[in-house]
Amino acid sequence: MCLAIPGKVISLHEENGLLMGKVEFGGTLISACLAYVPEVKVGEYVIVHAGFALNVIDEEEAERTFALLKEIGESEGQG
Amino acid sequence: MKYLEEYRNPEIAHRLLDEIRDKVTRPWVIMEICGGQTHAILRNGIDELLPDTVTLVHGPGCPVCVTPLELIEKALTLASRPEVTFVSFGDMLRVPGVSRDLFKVKSEGGDVRIVYSPLDAIRIAKENPDRQVVFFAVGFETTAPNSAMLVAQAVREEITNLSLLVSHVLVPPAMTALLDSPQNRVQAYLAAGHVCTVMGWQQYESIVRDYHVPIVVTGFEPVDLLSGILSAIKQLESGQAKIENQYARMVTREGNLYAQRQIDDVFQICDRTWRGIGVIPRSGLKLRDKYATFDAEPRFGLTDLVIAEPADCISGIILQGLKKPNECPQFGNRCTPATPLGATMVSSEGACAAYYNYQRFRNLSEK
Repeated sequence: MCLAIPGKVISLHEENGLLMGKVEFGGTLISACLAYVPEVKVGEYVIVHAGFALNVIDEEEAERTFALLKEIGESEGQG
Repeated sequence: MKYLEEYRNPEIAHRLLDEIRDKVTRPWVIMEICGGQTHAILRNGIDELLPDTVTLVHGPGCPVCVTPLELIEKALTLASRPEVTFVSFGDMLRVPGVSRDLFKVKSEGGDVRIVYSPLDAIRIAKENPDRQVVFFAVGFETTAPNSAMLVAQAVREEITNLSLLVSHVLVPPAMTALLDSPQNRVQAYLAAGHVCTVMGWQQYESIVRDYHVPIVVTGFEPVDLLSGILSAIKQLESGQAKIENQYARMVTREGNLYAQRQIDDVFQICDRTWRGIGVIPRSGLKLRDKYATFDAEPRFGLTDLVIAEPADCISGIILQGLKKPNECPQFGNRCTPATPLGATMVSSEGACAAYYNYQRFRNLSEK
């Protein structure tokens, strides 16, 4: 049930009143309900859990966190 | 893949491990709540790379594992009814009931169907107007919004041949129940990343305050997990207890308000039995009265069942972090994925399945 991999939103459409979309995971396309991420745009990354996108990945935060982790690693490596 | 490879960087992972080794001065026990994280830890060998003084224990964050036997038996009863099409996530089909599982019911002619999204139950109900479609609504705060949307959509589309067998559970009450136990050995938590995606990390503030236990919201990749463990170790070593959000690319303090509103509209909090653990107050969700017509239990006249757990399965003890799977005498002998004694051996998020799949047959009781 728990798919932790970020998927890229490829297209958006409406189905019986619900916002849906095609989401790509490493070349595989799946259909997901996007009703809980109504602001999502094509090209953004989401986490999908049991057929529903639960959140849009925060690109700036992803880069900031990784930069911090890299910094910890580098200062440790120099120490 | 974007947002994945960088969090699997082996060089950074090794440096984080070095820093963990550097910071640890005495033994600590940290629990990762989520079964998805348990599998990631075992798959990446993180448990074996950590210093011997850091013990990871595996929490009750596998919804399949904690679904009580009574509800499994109700599912089996419903799936056996000739007029019912029983719809479930695939993980539930091999969970053993008292004498059979959903696969067995299916092999005997029961109409049991596997879905990935709860919304598929709507399509099945529309395609089969003469049948009663029952969706087995299991899971934590991560699948509860999806079940809630199923109900909302069924109302919108005026679907009447659909109902839910609800077994949703909530993570924070389980965390406090473990901390309240006199046998508790958990000193810090790695909080389940996706539960927090929905609910935000604010729901842990009272636990940190009341129990003085560090909680680090953690993702699922090796670098995520190692930095979460490092944050927990730093807090433990310095006597601090606060919430840290290591998974900030996905999780905010408030969480997903759309999903929370939908859960709140459809469900209300109730006491819930956790398989192997027992009743945890206010740890479950049930349908609100205004959606009672979607409740499969009254619709099919299912009465309360009380069923004893099998005596030779210690999954309840494992789910509380008191023992590791390979400390069970049945592990890998009588209990294997082909011959499971309990749900923890068959679920894709189960701790016993993780130990079996990644071959932790060596007894690690010293760790």
